[in-house]
Amino acid sequence: MNSELAYLGLSRPRRFLFKTKHFFSTLPRKFANFFKNIPAKTIPFLKKLAKPFVTLYDAFVYGDWKTRLSFLFMGFGMIAHKQVLKGLLYLLFEIIFILFFAFWGWKYISKFGTLGTVVQQEVMDPQTGISHVIEGDNSTLILLYGTICIIALIGAAYTWYSSIKQCYNLQQVYNVDGKIRNFKEDFKSLADRQYYKTLMSIPVFGLVAFTIIPLIFMIFVAFTNWEKATMPPANLFTWVGFANFDALLGGGGLAENATFAYTFSDALVWTLVWAVFATFTNYFIGMLVAILINKKGVRCKKLWRTALVTTIAVPQFVSLMLISQMYSKEGIFNGILAFFGTGPLEYTKNALWAKIFVILINIWVGVPYTVLSCTGILMNIPGDLYESAKIDGASPFRMYTNITLPYMMFVMGPSLISSFVGNINNFNVIFLLTGGAPVNINKFFAGDTDLLVTWLYNLTVSEQNYKYAAVIGIIVFVIVAFFSLIFYSRSKAVKNEEDFQ
Amino acid sequence: MLFRKNYHLTNRVSNTQKIKRTVGNSIAHIVLTIISIIWVFPFIYLILQSLRGESNGVVSYIIPQEWTFNNYIYLFAFEGPNAFMKWYLNTLLIAVVSCVFQTIFTLMTAYCLSRMRFKGRQGIMKIILIVGMFPSFLSMVAIYQILNVFGMVGNPVGLILVYIAGSASGYYVIKGFFDTISRSLDEAAMIDGATRNTIFWKIILPLSKPIVIYTILITFTSPWGDYMLSSYLLGTNSENWTVALGLRYWLTGNNGQAVQAYFTRFCAGSVFTSIPIVVLFFFLQRYYVEGVTGGAVKG
Repeated sequence: MNSELAYLGLSRPRRFLFKTKHFFSTLPRKFANFFKNIPAKTIPFLKKLAKPFVTLYDAFVYGDWKTRLSFLFMGFGMIAHKQVLKGLLYLLFEIIFILFFAFWGWKYISKFGTLGTVVQQEVMDPQTGISHVIEGDNSTLILLYGTICIIALIGAAYTWYSSIKQCYNLQQVYNVDGKIRNFKEDFKSLADRQYYKTLMSIPVFGLVAFTIIPLIFMIFVAFTNWEKATMPPANLFTWVGFANFDALLGGGGLAENATFAYTFSDALVWTLVWAVFATFTNYFIGMLVAILINKKGVRCKKLWRTALVTTIAVPQFVSLMLISQMYSKEGIFNGILAFFGTGPLEYTKNALWAKIFVILINIWVGVPYTVLSCTGILMNIPGDLYESAKIDGASPFRMYTNITLPYMMFVMGPSLISSFVGNINNFNVIFLLTGGAPVNINKFFAGDTDLLVTWLYNLTVSEQNYKYAAVIGIIVFVIVAFFSLIFYSRSKAVKNEEDFQ
Repeated sequence: MLFRKNYHLTNRVSNTQKIKRTVGNSIAHIVLTIISIIWVFPFIYLILQSLRGESNGVVSYIIPQEWTFNNYIYLFAFEGPNAFMKWYLNTLLIAVVSCVFQTIFTLMTAYCLSRMRFKGRQGIMKIILIVGMFPSFLSMVAIYQILNVFGMVGNPVGLILVYIAGSASGYYVIKGFFDTISRSLDEAAMIDGATRNTIFWKIILPLSKPIVIYTILITFTSPWGDYMLSSYLLGTNSENWTVALGLRYWLTGNNGQAVQAYFTRFCAGSVFTSIPIVVLFFFLQRYYVEGVTGGAVKG
């Protein structure tokens, strides 16, 4: 209490000094606590991990012969305990999975370690003179199907485990009261108690098939040498360990790697600079415009807002591509400049001017969104705060810095961080405005305004350099995860989800 | 006398205040007018250029010397390499189908994650969070290969599948809305014998009209503006393109030469594409604002 009073008595700069000192003096303790907490956090996790194995052990040791047979024949315990249909479904699943794995999956997963060894050959038939292709291994398919098989294997193992668990439960329930829920009741509960299974199955399948498997596949690709020169089916690619990450830092001894490393560091810095400027200019200018529109005495509020909102309503690619032409060499902007006797100014020629150009245009693109979301919040600020400030003789500027800004910061802080993350991945604005221009021949297939994502796009679509694309994708993930972690560790709404409801 | 003096004084103060306020307000109006002009100017420019008749390339003046509707008439081509109507119908098909399914699946996911407590719920939320941190284009290389296996590269159906498959990850804003609906409603219905299924369709959905409309609006408009995924998955055959791909081709195609012949047509195509979406947007603007701020306020 005493120290709090002392803190409140300090002037602003001193408060800041005090906070900084406090932060650094407690740093060692925080560090130590982190390591002290490791056992307390890992032991429950390990216990959770070991639980299925304990269950399996129990089911095998204490289970009767019906349960034990279900280890081999999935669903046998259910058939034996009158849940015939359900048990048969499990058995059918087992048969299909074994057939799938034996006749299809094994072919690919057995070659997963090498990604194929037989190169496709072109052989000329000596008699007819027509050459024909002898198919070799296809590394892409081996990697893709291998990944799918691994996921399927994990899924099947989980199904196997849960079927045994259910059989063991059935045995116990049967021994106690001899009554068992029949299939019909089970089926009906899919609309009620187990409704989540009905609703979530398709979305989760989509998530696994079109997001999780592709991402795992791409993480694998980061450890291979898959590029234009090794493109299947004519060639094979293979595992190379951490070589691509090494190239990112300029290692590996290839001349190409130095260019790649230079491009990466340059694009990374520009991505962060861009994200900071794009987020904060939008936020502050948007807020000022919103305050201006909401000012007492300003008429036709709706008209001003509509003028801004048009930008949101028109599809973004239309306005961005149009603007890129307006500022082109022959465009209207240079026409106006010529009218005043200067110019021409070409954003595609000068890197700095191009960067300023995209940030300025991004203000035009993003401010309306901020105005829309600010307007509601501004109206929620209690009016008596301003009235009492006015009586105390506060200037409008002072009222802005001491009332409006802190309030807005408090409410919109989290969305600020998520828009920062969004700007790191802002493909449209950069790609459709400049397309990465000006082109820089010292860079690895990138221009001066290329963000990491647009570079990733170029590497994938036009260069087919998948190995580096995958590495860049992983780096972007690390950056985004870092900033999101700060956000989520501070946001109360995420932490106390149940309280919030 | 004293009263009179005082009266005078207050009157004068209020007069200076009045002047100050009028000046402030006029400045505000002037600034707002300038801002509005800056924000609306490109669209006026767009419409004027789409009506230009004397040449098709980019020019450095605003007002056309010759007015014409030919650029719009040119759009009504259903066949050939520059068949704008084909692109338009493709986009419409993709937007409508993916909008219907995405809305349904996103609502279902959000309902489960908001209302039901089950094993794996936290896991699914965490996985969606982590997966969302990867740049969305990264997974496209693999999706391209998967679609390739089924011969669906260059086919709008493949693109629709990709859009729909991503619907689970958009649950967040809707879940936030569902969370604000009181749980006692569910409990009361359950006591009366309603199943979860009934609660979802008969109680939660009717109460969530604003957020449902918001989701429909977002999912319907996003395919119109998507260039990144469609350019990779729809391939080089212009028969299968969406509006975004075709219009970009008119600007950058043929090594950047296309713009000299197609700029005014690009403008006409842009106006033609934008008008229905702008009308839809202004019609449903209230719901859009609710969705945006609903997501933002819950810091």
